[in-house]
Amino acid sequence: MASLRDLRRRIKSIKNTAQITKAMQMVASAKMRKAQMAAVAGRPYAQLMNEVLSAATAGAGEFSHPLMEVREGNRRAVILITTDKGLCGALNTNLLREAARLEPGTTVFISAGKKGAQWAARLKRELGAEFLYKDTPAFSDARAISKFAQQMFLEGKVDRVDVLFTNFISTINQRPEQRPLLPIGRLQKLQAGVNGENSAAELEPVGKEYQFEPAPAKLLGDLLPQYVNYQVYQYLLEAKASEHSARMVAMKNATDNAKGIIKDLSLEYNKLRQANITKELLEITSAAMAMGN
Amino acid sequence: MAVLKLEIVTPEAKVYSEDVDMVTLPGVEGEMGIFPMHIPLMTQIAAGEIVARKGGQDYFLAVGDGFVEVTGERVAILTDMAIKADDIDEAKADEARKRAETRLAEKLSDEETATVQAALLHSLTQLNVKRRRRG
Repeated sequence: MASLRDLRRRIKSIKNTAQITKAMQMVASAKMRKAQMAAVAGRPYAQLMNEVLSAATAGAGEFSHPLMEVREGNRRAVILITTDKGLCGALNTNLLREAARLEPGTTVFISAGKKGAQWAARLKRELGAEFLYKDTPAFSDARAISKFAQQMFLEGKVDRVDVLFTNFISTINQRPEQRPLLPIGRLQKLQAGVNGENSAAELEPVGKEYQFEPAPAKLLGDLLPQYVNYQVYQYLLEAKASEHSARMVAMKNATDNAKGIIKDLSLEYNKLRQANITKELLEITSAAMAMGN
Repeated sequence: MAVLKLEIVTPEAKVYSEDVDMVTLPGVEGEMGIFPMHIPLMTQIAAGEIVARKGGQDYFLAVGDGFVEVTGERVAILTDMAIKADDIDEAKADEARKRAETRLAEKLSDEETATVQAALLHSLTQLNVKRRRRG
């Protein structure tokens, strides 16, 4: 049986833990909102890019670009977007389980986030590059990753590039998902905002006739890498929102657990204290009775 | 008098949105001035300086490379980086340039080189715009 002092110590230490997890929960929820806001802030950009894209595709007519080339080979690169830190529930575990299913011989990983790189090193998977991205992803982070992937694709080192990330469906639900990035298939309307189901809308045709300078084909050719960069940026934001919401939920559970344990321990502590008092009283009275006799 | 709505958007935010009388863009095929009622045009810009004229006064902005959609009443610019000349912190931009140059001098992997070069271009553009205004 634990002594009173031991119990008191344990209660105190668990209280401290609960305080920390509570603080982490609050921080995560603030950061999650920030990531969502960042995704929404890109909406005018996405809209404008959609307009330019559809006008340029309409102007260019039959068009092919090295980034759109569909190849037969099966070598592929996967951009693996994980978190840098743990303490976010099963998020990385779920994601890396998906990653482990991919064929080891033909897959090169490009990791964004430390956990993915660690995983690849531990399992001796091929790691093409390791990128870091900030807590609030900057567009330049996405551009670096995207540029590297595009280069691998253009040099023919890989025949396709996919993205494996955690999709933000709701605050309590995140799902690992794999999306194709390259070759660019049908051009789709870009979406901004973390909304879970990215519905694949078609580009709307533009009503106006535009003049082009330089020629539409050249313009479109320069626009496509930007299009891919922006997609990667959206994936990063989505992954980040998932991370923070997963952490928020994990930390809320931890706080609740800690409170439960504190309650049990307090009960035990009080029982023990009561028993001690009764015992002492018993000793005193029995001693008094012995003296009186 | 007709006005043009100048909009500059980056993936992170809408940087600028105001009615202006005229815009000068650093086009890839040379500088171009856009007045209201311009014919619809899609064009590309190089990293450089945008001049927005409003009420007889010129406002300067540094931009990265990007794309422009011009309609009769609107100039919409799609770019990675855009900053108003007044907001450019010369010391900071210069420091960023030096940092990028030292990093380039070191041995870097491919992916890092690309990032640093982009950063270098951004800070150089900012510095150019700032210095030209002052000189």
